[in-house]
Amino acid sequence: MADDNYKGYRGEALSVLKNFNALVWSDVEITTTKGKYKGIILPRSETADQFHIVIKMPIGYNIGVAANLVTDIQIRGRKEAHYKIPEKDFPRDPGKPNVKLLGTGGTIASRLDYRTGAVIPAFSPGELYGSVPELANYCNLDTEKLYGVFSENMGPEQWIGTAQAIGREIQKGVDGIVIGHGTDTMHHTAAILSFMVQNSPIPIVMVGSQRSSDRPSSDAALNLMHSVKTAAESDIAEVMVCMFGPTSDYYGLLHRGTRVRKMHSSYRSTFRTIGEIPIAKVSRDAITPLRSDYKRRRKDRDVTINTAFEEKVSIVYYYPNMKPDIIESLIDNDYKGIVIAGTGLGHVNKPLYPALKRAHEKGISIYMTVQTLWGYVQMYVYDTGRDMMELGVIPGENMLPEAAYMKLCWALGQTNDQKKVKEIMLTPVAGEITEREPSNGYLIYQGGLPEVEEFISKYIK
Amino acid sequence: MKEFSFKPFEEMTEKDYETVGFKSGLEIHQQLLTSKKLFCRCPSAKYSEHYDAEILRHMRPTLSELGEYDGTALMEFKTKKDILYRINRESVCTYEMDDTPPFLINNEALDIALECGLLFDCAVVDELHIARKQYLDGSIPTGFQRTAIFALDGKIPYKNRIIDIVQMSIEEDSCREVSDTGHLRVYRTDRLGMPLIETVTGPCMRTPFEVAEVAEICANIVRSTNKVRRGIGTAREDVNVSVEGGTRIEIKGVPKIGRIPLLTYNEAMRQWNLLRLREELNKRGITKDTFDAKWENITRIVKKSHYQPIRNAIDQGLIVKCVLLKGYSGLLRWQTQTDTYFSKEISDRVRVIACLTTIPNILHSDSKGDTLTSAEWLNIKKFVGASGTDTMVLVWGNEPDTETAVKEIIIRAKEATIGVPSETRQALRDGTNGFERILPGADRMYPDTDLPPTKITHERLDEIRQHIPDKFWEREKWYGELKIPADTIRELSISKFAKLFKTLVLEWNINPTTAAVSLIQFPKRLKKKKLDTSALNEEIMKEIFRAFKDNMISQSGILWAMKNFILKGKLFFGTTSQIFSGKELDEIVLLAGKEIEATNIRRPEKKEEILIGAVMNKYRMKIDGKHLAQKLSQVK
Repeated sequence: MADDNYKGYRGEALSVLKNFNALVWSDVEITTTKGKYKGIILPRSETADQFHIVIKMPIGYNIGVAANLVTDIQIRGRKEAHYKIPEKDFPRDPGKPNVKLLGTGGTIASRLDYRTGAVIPAFSPGELYGSVPELANYCNLDTEKLYGVFSENMGPEQWIGTAQAIGREIQKGVDGIVIGHGTDTMHHTAAILSFMVQNSPIPIVMVGSQRSSDRPSSDAALNLMHSVKTAAESDIAEVMVCMFGPTSDYYGLLHRGTRVRKMHSSYRSTFRTIGEIPIAKVSRDAITPLRSDYKRRRKDRDVTINTAFEEKVSIVYYYPNMKPDIIESLIDNDYKGIVIAGTGLGHVNKPLYPALKRAHEKGISIYMTVQTLWGYVQMYVYDTGRDMMELGVIPGENMLPEAAYMKLCWALGQTNDQKKVKEIMLTPVAGEITEREPSNGYLIYQGGLPEVEEFISKYIK
Repeated sequence: MKEFSFKPFEEMTEKDYETVGFKSGLEIHQQLLTSKKLFCRCPSAKYSEHYDAEILRHMRPTLSELGEYDGTALMEFKTKKDILYRINRESVCTYEMDDTPPFLINNEALDIALECGLLFDCAVVDELHIARKQYLDGSIPTGFQRTAIFALDGKIPYKNRIIDIVQMSIEEDSCREVSDTGHLRVYRTDRLGMPLIETVTGPCMRTPFEVAEVAEICANIVRSTNKVRRGIGTAREDVNVSVEGGTRIEIKGVPKIGRIPLLTYNEAMRQWNLLRLREELNKRGITKDTFDAKWENITRIVKKSHYQPIRNAIDQGLIVKCVLLKGYSGLLRWQTQTDTYFSKEISDRVRVIACLTTIPNILHSDSKGDTLTSAEWLNIKKFVGASGTDTMVLVWGNEPDTETAVKEIIIRAKEATIGVPSETRQALRDGTNGFERILPGADRMYPDTDLPPTKITHERLDEIRQHIPDKFWEREKWYGELKIPADTIRELSISKFAKLFKTLVLEWNINPTTAAVSLIQFPKRLKKKKLDTSALNEEIMKEIFRAFKDNMISQSGILWAMKNFILKGKLFFGTTSQIFSGKELDEIVLLAGKEIEATNIRRPEKKEEILIGAVMNKYRMKIDGKHLAQKLSQVK
């Protein structure tokens, strides 16, 4: 592409650069009506305006020079950036477990992208070993880049492909699988993989980072170490999310794939197990189980991969004043399943009833979850709930809305028979529905209370 | 190399500094007076020792934008420090903890910065790009400082020449260090994220005193905006020093300008003496190619030692290693700075990089003193195979730390064959400096992908230009011509009242000395009486001067009115509308005179003084003290 020479530049800035034949990465002296600037012309972010030329000065700072003030550009040389993490062959030790890292994208391994100015994924075993050599203490690592997408762009194609890749690796006999993933939708993927991959003999650990790996204080390296250790050494043969426990560089938590949720837009300790406690704690030195009812690692290579998936399913996040046309539009667009995140114990307003009734009659599966996230749907408590059950809305127990959504996609992918769908939906397969909520399954301590402050001050956050 | 030995500080002349090729430049950090921090909405300058929570972090080096690792970053990684941040929720939010991305830059801070840039006659950049400057020492929890160059190529006049202002950047302040022991460093986070500007001068200063003078000028320029913070710790200088054949060395964080001369003198001496050391090594036939060193574990040899530091180490089960530096005999006693020797360069590296922070952390055969016994030294010598021309350096600690230490001892000793290693150094109280870290380079810069570039518009700059203060040296020149008291000139030139003064003198025709003294000396007098003068802003002073101009109050009345405002919170100019003069004043004097006559005065010679006191007390702002005295002398 010819314009790679002027990467990201448009309009006025582009014509000035072309005028002086000053390509991106040229080492230049730019004369403007305000003064002279020396430096290297950098690519420009495509979302930035078309009026400025970006140069990196010899001291390393970047500045933008207004294109319309430029009177001359002298080209002195060229210095193209080669942003490459030093690659080193990952050492192999026959005595260590074999772990496969499957990459889907995200900030766990990222580098600078001038197109957006943001960070894009990049990753190979050599690069990983070059930047986190500690990984070799735990295992022999192989990697495979399945996809390179931000997590919001993950979809059925990627979920199915990942599940199949997991199946292949298990059959090949790896001792554990790590999946690098963007954090925004990690819990969606964790949920669907929990359904698509059943009876796994080995740990399947999803991991990401909240601070990209191009930062000195990134959580990527430690998260990687924790997840690789878990995949290599733990006896927990389930789909898990492995992310920071506290915000400190301290230990990670292993969350069950169907009970985990991203709960803060930016905190490192954003992932929490909802309505239960995490399976285990993991540090660089130890994996400490917090519960014992997990599926154990096995020596066999048996696994059931069921990648059934129906795409015409939606989540409706209910709000007061919602009009029936929201439901109507799903009916008219041939949706096959609806998960409602209702208020309180699982409610929506009365005006929606006729639409829900129509949906049910048309054969659409409707499941109720709670937008409070914690707690069960208990629609028999109030009349409104009972009325809705009459209309065919099925209570989804304590499934998280995202987990219920993924499960309904999966169930409807297998059958259109509403009865069978219901059976699949309400039979727990990976902890998405639990019979009882322990009292410590809901712990959101309220800051400001003396006892809470005492706790915070005593333990590293 | 030129024949020259450093003299004591007081005896050094300009000529001497010329001989060694002394060159120095400044990087001046100045906090800006904003209510909030630079990239979040936390309050600025809310300092407290109290903390509610602690966060633990580690730092790892990352690649620069051009795909390279920075040397300092790699050095810091060697130290493997646990970094603990103390968090006070009043002054710190999730941004400083690096758990929330930055908010858009504080425009109040950027406006102040731009004003300072214009004052230094800089060219302001057209588009501001925030960079991440890596700091792996942990002083910023992200591992980098957000910083952006906003102005370039400025200048200030000095003596008969121009001092270049190379660049100015706006950046967030770092944490305050609480402690740094072994592998644990603790920081307080209250200062973190406060806006500051860094002004970088060219290496234009030729003597230590010039450096201090230029620092003072730069400080006054930004102070003249009255939008920068004042007081301890609000301005910090990094001083770059080099001598002919030496290296640009950065002395970090000088808190007071007064300390600059001695610090720069010692650094110049250190470089000069390190160059002489290299010459001596060359004479001994030691170059970077012939340099030879080795090390041994000598725990067994010294296990019965009574020398306390080694005794303690042995008792704790630690190990002792000996580095043999071939041909270095006597050189660890080579003077580098005032009362400081080459061994300190080595000890510093061991302290900082190997984290052996308990001093003494090394022991060497050039300064045996009261340490090991001669028999022990002899045993070590035999064990490591040292000859009389070699030097032995001992270090103790655990295995990984002594391994790092041994490497660093050898690295630093070898660097002596090359000259002056590139380092940043910390200013010490006694005027010498110590190793802080390897000098970072351009490789530690990385664009901040969290924030978009900010265009700096002409409209914005024009707006700022409208309020920009005059150059303080131009003000001073004018004040001199106006003959205002010399002790008031400097303060007035950078005072918040400088603009008001100009208005008073040029537009209201008020006597310059009256205006200057009232604006600068009167508040000081009131402060001495423990009164809080902060309420006396430009508006209030303007009102007081309006009353003075309209003859409602006398000159002494200005002070009364100021005091009255502080105490009562409102302006009061007496019950009558005009000050007394002519006939009225005659009558008042007559009346007061009679009253005084009627009372018994023990000391008649004091009569006039008492009379003035009585009248002034009664009529306060309405009579001018000078007029009254004149009147009395006429009466007599």
